[in-house]
Amino acid sequence: MIKSALNGLIGLLSGIGHRMIARTWRLGAGARLFFLTLMYSGESFRRFHLTLREVYFTGVMSLLIIIVSAFFVGMVLALQGYNTLQKYGSSEAIGVLVALALVRELGPVVTALLFAGRAGTAITAEIGLMKTTEQLSAMEMMAVNPIARVVAPRFWAGVIAMPILAALFSMVGILGGYLVAVPLIGVDDGAFWSQMQANVDVRDDVINGVIKSLVFGVACTMIALFEGFDAPPTAEGVSHATTRTVVISSLTVLGLDFVLTSFMLVV
Amino acid sequence: MSANIVEIDNVSFGYNGRMLHKGINMSFPKGKVVAIMGGSGSGKTTLLRLIGGQIKPSKGEVRVDGAVVHEQDREGVYQLRRKMGMLFQHGALFTDLSAFDNVAFPMRELTNLPESMIRDLVLLKLNAVGLRGAHKLMPTELSGGMARRVALARAIALDPCIVMYDEPFAGLDPISMGVICDLIRTLNDALGATSIVVSHDVKETFLIADYVYFVANGEVAAEGTPHDLMQSTLPFVHQFVHGEVDGPVPFHYPATDYRSQLLNYTDTAI
Repeated sequence: MIKSALNGLIGLLSGIGHRMIARTWRLGAGARLFFLTLMYSGESFRRFHLTLREVYFTGVMSLLIIIVSAFFVGMVLALQGYNTLQKYGSSEAIGVLVALALVRELGPVVTALLFAGRAGTAITAEIGLMKTTEQLSAMEMMAVNPIARVVAPRFWAGVIAMPILAALFSMVGILGGYLVAVPLIGVDDGAFWSQMQANVDVRDDVINGVIKSLVFGVACTMIALFEGFDAPPTAEGVSHATTRTVVISSLTVLGLDFVLTSFMLVV
Repeated sequence: MSANIVEIDNVSFGYNGRMLHKGINMSFPKGKVVAIMGGSGSGKTTLLRLIGGQIKPSKGEVRVDGAVVHEQDREGVYQLRRKMGMLFQHGALFTDLSAFDNVAFPMRELTNLPESMIRDLVLLKLNAVGLRGAHKLMPTELSGGMARRVALARAIALDPCIVMYDEPFAGLDPISMGVICDLIRTLNDALGATSIVVSHDVKETFLIADYVYFVANGEVAAEGTPHDLMQSTLPFVHQFVHGEVDGPVPFHYPATDYRSQLLNYTDTAI
């Protein structure tokens, strides 16, 4: 009885140990891929058309989901904001509320979450399948470095696309908020825009939002690339890697958002 | 200068505690078609990966054009790989590129040739494999045999002195198989290259190979010309060449006694 309980405990501890070692190993492998990507990034800029092509696939192809989501998020923000603000007689501040919420938080965060689901999964599945069908091995055997030719252009494309998508998200969200607040609810047009202009600061709000989306761009793209590169070369392996991309990216974005916001509010 | 362009010298390799190769010796003379044969899982493809420097041997060395592969740094390995072309089992064509762009890929990546010259060279290579007319097709629009031929055109795009073929006949219809078979021999002689063919298709391989190595249990079990091996009385070679069901390679996977396993209802392993 005691012996079997002891064996169970040892099994549990060794299971935890194995998982910890595996996760630490993956963290190290991910960091290594990140540094190699930076090291072999020259090609992505010398032959910028390779990066531009990926900007199209990760950025332009994500436009629809970003714009539609932003529009609805902005409209809901205006509705909810007005509902609360009118109780305190400050419904004119609706423009500031929508703009600050979008530029500081929702723009970068929701864009990153949508990016992970739309472009991140596509990157992981594509690289995972390239590995499964030996395309990466074929490249290696041709003396072409897959990190320089496949990984780096996608990485920089993600880093470039994310702030642009976040800016578009905020812009369309504000437009959605305006359409609900002004024509639908009847908030004063001038108050909506002038309060926004007076209270949204370029450095504290806009630049900080851009910094956030840049960091999220690095994180989401690198996670997607690593998961694809590390996926076991089977259908099941690619499927699990794609799922992991969404889960890890989403948690990383939310965690990083808290850390970045804390620093930005302190500094 | 050695007459062998590739030499495998006393190479051992294994992973997860299992030795796949135990002191293998092989040599590949310039201008010849040499085949490596053996059952599934005998480590034939691994030998190609050792030659290409994708993995390192646990013991021994692989020399390509006199250079020890595993002693090279990344740039050194890439220099050696520029002398090699490889046809993968399922072609490994880049699915986002057309047949033309697939063949042009190594030229665009590794040379500074003008686009007009690349165009002519690609059409030349595609013509050599009989697919000049299919240059616009995407890999998904190609049959298995056609994809293999485009991949072959890509493998010889930069006129390599070593061409490696990983199961070039697997899954092909008899006509495609005959075409690939003919192309391997013709291109080898036209390029003056050395071909290393990994396969378990006896008929086709024996038709084109100058010399054959049989790999079994991590060792070279037999070697010789196709004619010699056809006459071989070695039990493994005889079973393999004639496709016999039972022999040194048993039909049954090792198991416990059949009768006792059937009667043992407490065996929960099933």
